[in-house]
Amino acid sequence: MRIHFKTSYDDDIRLFEDGWKLSLYAALLALMVALPWLIDDFYLGEATNVLIWATCGLGLMLLTGQTGQASLGHSAFMALGCYSTVLLMEAGVPFIVAFPLAGIITGIVGGLIAIPALKLHGVYLAIATLALAILTDDLIVMLEPWTGGVGGKFAPPITVFGLEVNRWSNPAAWYYMALIVVLVVTLFYRNLLRAPMGRAFAAVRDSEISAQAMGVNLARTKTIAFGMSAGITGLGGALMGLFAEVFNNETFTFILSIQLLMMIVVGGLGFIHGAFLGAIVISFLPQALSIITDGIGSNVAIPGLEIGVFGVIMILFILFEPMGLYGRWLKIRTFFQLFPFARKDMFRRQKSYLKTERLR
Amino acid sequence: MSLLTLENVTLKFGGLTAVNNLSMQVEEGQVFALVGPNGAGKSTVFNLISRFYTPVSGKISFAGTDLLGLAPDEVPSLGIARTFQNIELFDQATVLENLLVGRHRHRGTNLVQQMFHTPAVRAEERAHREAVEEVIDFLDLQPYRNSRIAGLPYGVRKVVEVGRALASKPRLLLLDEPASGLSVEETQNMRWWIDDIRRQMGITVLMVEHDMGLVSKVCDKVLALADGAMLAQGTPAEVQSHPAVIEAYLGTGDAA
Repeated sequence: MRIHFKTSYDDDIRLFEDGWKLSLYAALLALMVALPWLIDDFYLGEATNVLIWATCGLGLMLLTGQTGQASLGHSAFMALGCYSTVLLMEAGVPFIVAFPLAGIITGIVGGLIAIPALKLHGVYLAIATLALAILTDDLIVMLEPWTGGVGGKFAPPITVFGLEVNRWSNPAAWYYMALIVVLVVTLFYRNLLRAPMGRAFAAVRDSEISAQAMGVNLARTKTIAFGMSAGITGLGGALMGLFAEVFNNETFTFILSIQLLMMIVVGGLGFIHGAFLGAIVISFLPQALSIITDGIGSNVAIPGLEIGVFGVIMILFILFEPMGLYGRWLKIRTFFQLFPFARKDMFRRQKSYLKTERLR
Repeated sequence: MSLLTLENVTLKFGGLTAVNNLSMQVEEGQVFALVGPNGAGKSTVFNLISRFYTPVSGKISFAGTDLLGLAPDEVPSLGIARTFQNIELFDQATVLENLLVGRHRHRGTNLVQQMFHTPAVRAEERAHREAVEEVIDFLDLQPYRNSRIAGLPYGVRKVVEVGRALASKPRLLLLDEPASGLSVEETQNMRWWIDDIRRQMGITVLMVEHDMGLVSKVCDKVLALADGAMLAQGTPAEVQSHPAVIEAYLGTGDAA
């Protein structure tokens, strides 16, 4: 059992609570940096894919896990991020400028969409955002002159400071690019969580009425959360489209939003780790499935198998581990940290029946 | 001039008059209690002050500012903090984080500074934590500092909610039934705390409370409400012996 003595306020504010945690994450970072030397190009591509999914997942996590607003429309922001990056690059803007600019554009559009959408709550918000995702599919087709419509678009070659980033000739560069993006996003995310804005997000999630009574502007906070969430997901979408090299309206269907939501639920809602764990599951599930189907001697691809299996996993998680993979890990860790004092119901959800009735 | 003034405030929900032509003044430094039977409109008065409801007619002003011109989230910036009858804490956050949300009105950094965690943000965080620790010390919440609200007993949650309101360093503290559901001992603690909040911190307290024992010990002034209208106003002893109040609680004495 590790006992942690705090001697200054900075112990609570800093990113890593003690030297042990810091060294663990430093080791993880070292492993991530060394990865191109450890695994072959195919698996490096898969690792890049995990990082891209994690970026998208962090975006949705900020909105759903942190601020408590469900969204099934995040494929729209992935598409917007992707198309705006590519269109900016085709207009001659260098990638290093176009990419963050696309994130900002997506964030602003997300914020504007949020103003009417966030008057809705819970399942109604999910339905409205789902409509957004379905509309995006049609919009991409209708805006053919810019988006290439059904025919799709090819990703232009990416050069960063004179270095060409190509997934076939230079997979390590692509991997490092995704790694840097996900690290920067994670850092921003963590910084927000330890600042007043992150606490305002949590306040809105847990009790809108007392958030207001503490001076949190609901509309403003939700709009910022939605905008930042859209922006981050837009960056992830841009990476996803560029990594696929070819993309059209079907790359960004609403199925992608549902996968994204499933991913963060399976990973663990409300935890940064959850976005990463969910990303690992969603990226390696198709591989695992094809290995299994090959193993039982079937060469025929079963349509819908992947999404079906994912649905089953999701249902099992909701039933048996609502806190997701990271929640399970927290429980295991607590058990050993407190051994033998951990109680089974330490993480049990408590239902509170006495909630102030919604005013208005 | 009074700190909080309600002038002829009326609130109607459809045909129901929840608050009827109510006028009251809370003076700086007072502990003021609203009492009355269930459904008398006590919590509704709180929700009017917090601007969750808008009155049909009348005026509400705080230290010279017209509250009716403000949105609910602008009220705390004047220095009004409140608790809720049914405890509205942020269940998935720790006690410390809940109290830090109470500091929301004192934030001075913007979103971009916070994203980059600039030295200004860090300095501000330290100041917030220092202020919160004072509240934790005051309310003896040290054992629960890092516990999640969802696992805490009712009595502790009640205290955390008072703490969250205190963390915002208000001028006026609205306590909605601070002692409901507390044990005798916890109620006794609450009594000392309310006394200290007034004496040491100089905070004016307006509270709704059913426990007349607590009310008569800590309050300077009591206002009794029934059916949204004022019955009587005065010291606790005066109100308790007022015939209209006795009638509202017990009914008329003559056998019909």
